[in-house]
Amino acid sequence: MNTLIYTSCLGLFCMVAEILNLRKILVPAIVIGLAAIFLVNYHDWNHGAQFYNNMVRIDNYSVAFSGLAIVLAILIFILSADFYKNEEKHISDYLAILVFVLCGALIMFSFWNMAMLFLGIEILSISLYIMAGSKRFDLRSNEAGFKYFLMGSFASCFLLFGIALIYGATGSFHLDTIANYVSAGNTSPLFYVGMMMILMAMLFKVAAVPFHFWSPDVYEGSPALVTALMSTLVKIAAFGAFYRLFYICFIGSLDYVNVVLSVVTASTIVLGNLIALNQINFKRLLAYSGISHAGYLLLGLISMKSGTANAIFFYSSGYAIATIGVFAISILVFQAMKNENIDAFNGLGKKNPFLAAALSMLMLSLAGIPPFVGFLGKYYIFSEAIKNGHITLTIIAVITSIIGVYYYFKVILAMYTKEGNDTEVPINTTYLGVIVFCLLMSLALGIFPGALMNLI
Amino acid sequence: MMSLLILFFPLIASLLVFAAGNKLASKLALLFAVIELGITFYAYTIYRHSGAESFYVFKEWIANPKISFHLGLDGLSLLMVMLTNFLLPLIILSAFNRNIENAKAYFGLILLMQFALVGVFMAMDGLLYYIFWELALIPIYFIALRWGGPNRVPVTLKFFIYTLAGSLLMLFGFIMLYHYNPEHSFNITELYNNTICSCNQSWLFWMFFLAFAIKIPIVPFHTWQADTYKEAPTQGTMLLSGIMLKMGTYSLIRWLLPIVPAGVAEWGPLAITLCVIGIVYASVIAIMQKDLKKLFAYSSLAHVGLIAAGIFALNIQGLQGSVVQMVAHGVNVVGLFFCADIIFNRTRSLQVDGLGGIRNVAPKFNTLFMIIVLGSVALPLTNGFIGEFLLLFGVYEYNTWLSVFAGLTIILGAVYMLRMFQKIMLGNTTESTSVFADLMWNEKIVLGVIAIVIFVMGIYPKPIFNLVAPTLQLILDKAIIK
Repeated sequence: MNTLIYTSCLGLFCMVAEILNLRKILVPAIVIGLAAIFLVNYHDWNHGAQFYNNMVRIDNYSVAFSGLAIVLAILIFILSADFYKNEEKHISDYLAILVFVLCGALIMFSFWNMAMLFLGIEILSISLYIMAGSKRFDLRSNEAGFKYFLMGSFASCFLLFGIALIYGATGSFHLDTIANYVSAGNTSPLFYVGMMMILMAMLFKVAAVPFHFWSPDVYEGSPALVTALMSTLVKIAAFGAFYRLFYICFIGSLDYVNVVLSVVTASTIVLGNLIALNQINFKRLLAYSGISHAGYLLLGLISMKSGTANAIFFYSSGYAIATIGVFAISILVFQAMKNENIDAFNGLGKKNPFLAAALSMLMLSLAGIPPFVGFLGKYYIFSEAIKNGHITLTIIAVITSIIGVYYYFKVILAMYTKEGNDTEVPINTTYLGVIVFCLLMSLALGIFPGALMNLI
Repeated sequence: MMSLLILFFPLIASLLVFAAGNKLASKLALLFAVIELGITFYAYTIYRHSGAESFYVFKEWIANPKISFHLGLDGLSLLMVMLTNFLLPLIILSAFNRNIENAKAYFGLILLMQFALVGVFMAMDGLLYYIFWELALIPIYFIALRWGGPNRVPVTLKFFIYTLAGSLLMLFGFIMLYHYNPEHSFNITELYNNTICSCNQSWLFWMFFLAFAIKIPIVPFHTWQADTYKEAPTQGTMLLSGIMLKMGTYSLIRWLLPIVPAGVAEWGPLAITLCVIGIVYASVIAIMQKDLKKLFAYSSLAHVGLIAAGIFALNIQGLQGSVVQMVAHGVNVVGLFFCADIIFNRTRSLQVDGLGGIRNVAPKFNTLFMIIVLGSVALPLTNGFIGEFLLLFGVYEYNTWLSVFAGLTIILGAVYMLRMFQKIMLGNTTESTSVFADLMWNEKIVLGVIAIVIFVMGIYPKPIFNLVAPTLQLILDKAIIK
C-alpha cells in the first residue's frame, strides 16, 4: 500500500515541480524516487496485508508485478529526459501523467474489489489517452489519442456493465465473495453475462484479436516513448489484472469460457503473427508483435488451473525488457533518420555496429531463440499449456512462432544487407545505459532464470 | 572440470577475438583453436586411462521445470568433439591469405559456433542440448549473411527458418517427453528408461526425426542445402557440411533411437527407404551439376544419406560404419570445399566446363586434391572405404535390395567425382587456368593434414572403433525392442 501512496505523492510532486521551477532536476528526482519506491515495494515481499476494508490486498503476486512495473517505469523515465528535451514547457505535465500511469498499474496488480479494478484501469487509461495525443500538432498523434479514447471508453463501459451485473448476481464487489459464489455452484445468467462482458473488456485492454483494432493505429500515432510504455508497462498491467481477476474470481467457471478463450488465443497468435509480416512501419510491426505476444500470454492464462502466474510473470518480464531495449534503439534511429519505417534501419550494421548487434540480439530474444530469455519464457508457457492439455493450441503457437522469426529477421536483414544513407546515428549515454541494461538482462535471465522463474 | 574447460574455452576465445583487432584476429583464433585441440587430446588420454566418469558434470540449473546443466563425454561424444576441434584449426587456417572484411567478427563467430557445436555433443540434458542446438544456428546464419555470396539474403533466411521449424517441433517433442516422464526431467538416463506407450512414440518419432532430417538433410527435406552451401563463405560451408550435419546424424543415434524405440520400429523402414531414395537421387543430380560447390553439396547429400541409412539399419555394423563415416566425411568434405575455394580464388570461377589442365601448372595441388577425391569415392586404404563398407554391410544385413540401391552411391560417386576431376585438373590449360598459382603455405598445411588423416584412418581405424564400441552397443540395446 505504501508503494501506491508514495507513487501518487511522486506524481503530485511532479505537478508542483512546475511551479517550483524544478524542471531541470525533475527526471533524476523521479528516477531516484522510483528507485526508493522499488525498495519500499520490496519490503512488502512476504509481508502480505489488506487495506481499506479489504479493497486492496498486497500479496507476493502484486509485489512481484509491481516491482516489474516500477523497473520498467524507471527505464522509461531515463529515456524520457532526452526524448522531451525540446518540450521544456510541458515536461512536468507529461512526467506527472506517466507517473499516474504507474499508479493505475499498481492498483491493477493489488485490487481485491471490483471497484478498485475499475479505478485502476481508468486511472491508467485516462492518463494514456492524454499521452497518446500529446504531440498536439501532429495529426497522427491526435488521431491516436482520439481513437484510443473512444474505443477505450467503450471497453470501460463493458467492464462497468459487467461489474454491475456480477454485483446483481452475487451482491458484492469483493473478489472472495464472488469466488465463493462461483465455487458454491451457483449459476445465474446474470453472472455469466457479466463475466463475459468483463472478459471482453479485459481482452480489449490486452489487445487480443478480435479486440485489437485500436492497437496498431494507436501505437503508430503515439510518440515513440508512449508506444514503448503502452507495449510494455500497460500490457503487463492489463495482464496482471486479467490474471488476478480470473484466477481469484472465475477459476471455478473457467470451463464455461474455455472455448471462447481458446478461440481468442488461437486467433490472436495466428493473426498477430500473420499481419505483422506485411508491416512497413516499425511501430506497427511492434504493435502486431505485441499482439502475438499477448496471444502467448493468453495461452499461459488459459492454463491457469495449474497456477501459471510464474510463467506469465517470467514471460512478460522477458518480453518487456527486450521491448524497452528495442524502443530505446529505435527512438535513436527514428530521431536521426526522421523516418519510422523499417527502412530507417537500412545499413545500420555498417554505420553503428553496436546498435545493430544489440537490436539483433533483442530481436532474437523476442523471436524466442536461445540463449535469450524469450526462449525460456516461451518454453515455460508451452510447457504449462501442455500440462493443462492444450496440445492443439500449443502446436499452433509453435508453428506461428516460426512465422514470428521471419518478421523479426526482416529488421536484422535491413540492418546488415541493405545499403542505407550516410546519416550518423548518435548514441547518448542515458540511452546507452538503458540499452546495455536491457541486453544484459535478456541474456542473464536467459542463462540464470532461477531468480524470476519461481518467484510467486 | 575438464569438461567445463573443453566447453567454455571456445566461448572465452570467441569473446577475446571479438575484442581483438582485425589484424590479429585470425592468428589469435588459430592459436585458440590449436589450444582447444590440445585440450581435447589431453582429454582423450584421460578418457583412455579412467573412462567417462571423470567428465561427468551435473548441476541443478532451473528447479521448476527441472532442467539441469548436465555434461558428459562418452566415446561417441568424445569422438564428435574431437572431430569438431580437429577441423576448427583447419577451417580457420584455410581463411589465411584471404581478404576478409571485419575479420574479428568473422573469427569470433566461428569460435562461437565451435562453442555451440561442442555443447551439442556434450549435453546430456534434453533442454540443454536443445539450447546448444539452436545456438549453433545463430553464428552460422550471420556468417552466411554477412560474408556470403550475392544471392545470400533469401537463401540464408530460408535455411534459418527451415531449420528453426524443425527445431521447434523437436522442442515440442521434448516438452511432451518431459510430461510423459514420471520423474519430470530431461535427464538423458531417465529419458532412456522411459515407458511411453507405442501410440505416443509413433508421433513423437516424427517430432524428432523431422528436426534431424532437416539438419542432416534427408531427402525430401534437403531443399535448403545446395543453395546455402553455394552462397555461404567457404569457412561457413565447411562448418555446415563438416560438422553441423553431423549434429543431425549424431542426434539420431543419441536422441532418437534409444528414446523412442517403438517409434523407430514403426517408422524406421520408411526412414531408411527415404535415405536410400535420397542417396540415388542426390548422386544422379550430382552428375548433372556444372557448379563445383553444388556438386560437392549433392555428393555430401548422398554420403549423409548413407550414414543415416546405416543408423536406421539398427545393427552394430551400421552404427559403427555411420560413426566412422561421420568422421571421414567431415574431414573429406572440408578438404573438398577448400579445394573448391582454392580454385575459385585463382580463377574466379567454379564452372566445371571452363576449367582444365590445372595439373600442368599446380602439381602439388593436383596430388592433394587427388587424394581427397579418392578418399571421398571410398577407395580401399582411404578413410571413406572403411565407413562405406561397414554402412553397406549394415544395410545389407537389414535388407538386401536396399543395400543394392545404396551401393549405387559408390559407383555413381566415382562417376561424378572422377569426371569432375578429369575435367578440371587434366587436359589442356584454358585461359583462366594457365596462370594458376600452386599452393600457398597455409593451403599446403590444411590439405596436407587432411591427406594424412585420410590415409591414417583408412589404414588403422581401430582406435575409433575402440572408442565408440561400448557406447554404440549400449544405445543399440536400448533401441531394439526385445
